[in-house]
Amino acid sequence: MVKYILKRILMAAVTVLLIACITFGLMNMVPGGPFLSEKAPSQAVLDALNEKYGLDQPVIVQLKNYLIHAAQGDFGVSFKMQKNRPVTTIISELFPISAKVGAIALVFAVLIGVPIGCIEAYFRGKAVDNALTVISTIGIAIPTFVVATMLLILFGVVWKVLPTVGLTTWQSYLMPCFSLGLYPMCYVARLTRSSMLDAIGQDYIKTARAKGLPTNRIIFKHALRNSLIPVITYLGPLTAYILTGGFVVEKVFSIGGLGRYFIQSLLNRDYPLIMGTTIFLAIIIVTMNLIVDILYKVVDPRINLTKGVD
Amino acid sequence: MENKNLLEIKDLKVSFFTSAGEVKAVDGISYSLEKGRVMGIVGESGSGKSVEAYSIMGLLQSPGKVVGGSIIFDGKDVLAMGEKEKQTMRGSEISMIFQNPMTCLNPVYTIGNQLVEAVLCHEKIPRKEAERRAKEMLELVGINNVEKRMTQYPHEFSGGMRQRVMIAMGLICNPKLLIADEPTTALDVTIQAQILELMKQLQQKINMSIIFITHNLGVVAEICDWVSVMYAGHIIESGSVNDIFYNPKHPYTHGLLRSMPRVDAESHERLIPIEGTPVDMLDPPEGCPFGPRCEHCMKICLREAPPNIRVEGGHTAACWLLARDCGKEGGRNE
Repeated sequence: MVKYILKRILMAAVTVLLIACITFGLMNMVPGGPFLSEKAPSQAVLDALNEKYGLDQPVIVQLKNYLIHAAQGDFGVSFKMQKNRPVTTIISELFPISAKVGAIALVFAVLIGVPIGCIEAYFRGKAVDNALTVISTIGIAIPTFVVATMLLILFGVVWKVLPTVGLTTWQSYLMPCFSLGLYPMCYVARLTRSSMLDAIGQDYIKTARAKGLPTNRIIFKHALRNSLIPVITYLGPLTAYILTGGFVVEKVFSIGGLGRYFIQSLLNRDYPLIMGTTIFLAIIIVTMNLIVDILYKVVDPRINLTKGVD
Repeated sequence: MENKNLLEIKDLKVSFFTSAGEVKAVDGISYSLEKGRVMGIVGESGSGKSVEAYSIMGLLQSPGKVVGGSIIFDGKDVLAMGEKEKQTMRGSEISMIFQNPMTCLNPVYTIGNQLVEAVLCHEKIPRKEAERRAKEMLELVGINNVEKRMTQYPHEFSGGMRQRVMIAMGLICNPKLLIADEPTTALDVTIQAQILELMKQLQQKINMSIIFITHNLGVVAEICDWVSVMYAGHIIESGSVNDIFYNPKHPYTHGLLRSMPRVDAESHERLIPIEGTPVDMLDPPEGCPFGPRCEHCMKICLREAPPNIRVEGGHTAACWLLARDCGKEGGRNE
């Protein structure tokens, strides 16, 4: 097991390195540069800026320098968004804010989504199932910005019961977390429902019924654990994305988290920040993938991580 | 006579309501089972054997539904029970083991967990005590190295071992009746023999009744006292093992016996199949369900369903051929 995890960590490092190189290349292939804007500065100023940040050198040399510095923990300083502040400081400052909202949203999505899926499966074809299925389908279909804006207008502006800006009190977490978690919750519910239906049709459920077990034990003990694999598979990458912050939700509720930096660093051509956020997300995703694979083994003892399912 | 019977089924009718129409999977069967007896229910696929067993357990699932008749188990009317009562009865008074041991144990829990759970959901005893019972049971069904086996998962057991575990699980609460739904069909022949031997031993040891559902006549001869032959939802012949094997009266039973390979047969002898195809249950024929495939079919067979006719003792068969022979003697026993 330890050997397996070490191997995976090594592979993850290679993956992150490749992602860094590809991002660096793509970033530099896009025409334009960080210091070009509508009111272009003079050529002399541009040259000076480029020289200061090392942008006058060939891309391959820049990449080499970047990687060497990154290996030593230096990810450069932001060019524009938070001028001259180190990227690592920016991320370590903003990530906890996003992660807090994200973690609450995630817990909400799982703790409500999974039981809803179980209930839907248990009452398959009945009114309860149909009603919940319609609701969860709507939850999947409505884009986050609509949900967030509608909540904001209703609770913040019309009824004035919840704060609209920032994260100060616990009430201010309600709307952002709900809007961020609604889609995953509905998706988890649908996933759980379908894999649960699959599990309920299996022979061991027949055995459990023949043993005289009560229905809730059959559903939550015997069927649920067997239907968790698809849910876990979905939750891995989802956790990575949701913890690093949702662009829309952070924008709508004016939360100063990391989410908006993923997009705005691109728009601003803030090269070190693009690299920093991308590598950060990549690291979280490969970590989550490793955790997911280990969780498979925990949930289903038949899974052999080094060989596959027998 | 009444109280000697553990199970009494009268005119049981089970239908499946599908989009294509009502399928009468079990169409009016009656039998009774005495304590400590082993009854075989034989028939081809789709003849209603398993459906009948599921209705005894109260395990029938939509779209299947009991539409008539009664099931009296140990003096209690199973069909009138609520879900809670049925849960209490399942596992503790009636147990069931299934055809495919490979898929009948939950792959993500240990054998010990699943056995202990079976005890604890019926008896309020400490977990340690339940574990001790589980180990005893595993030893009883012939599993070695019990301590270690308890902590293993189903995929670490072979098919025969898993069926032994299933039997242990079925018997752990000392049920009065065990329903075995083709328990040896998925096993290879040597393992089959071991499992049958084991069931026979245990049956004598704890004096329970068994309903043995199978399509394997060899298995029936091995283990059963009494045999009912089912065809298209009807019991068409029923009698002691000797009656059925040496004095079959229904042409279908005849056919089944002829289509079975025999050890003493000449090597060039071919098996004789039953001609035709099984009944289309959505559109069963008028009269005797076996009529269209029967080599002795008469006009009346296609018009009217035959009554159950007593041959001798408890041996009965539903065939018009017998009515011709013994109708005069008033042997009708419907």
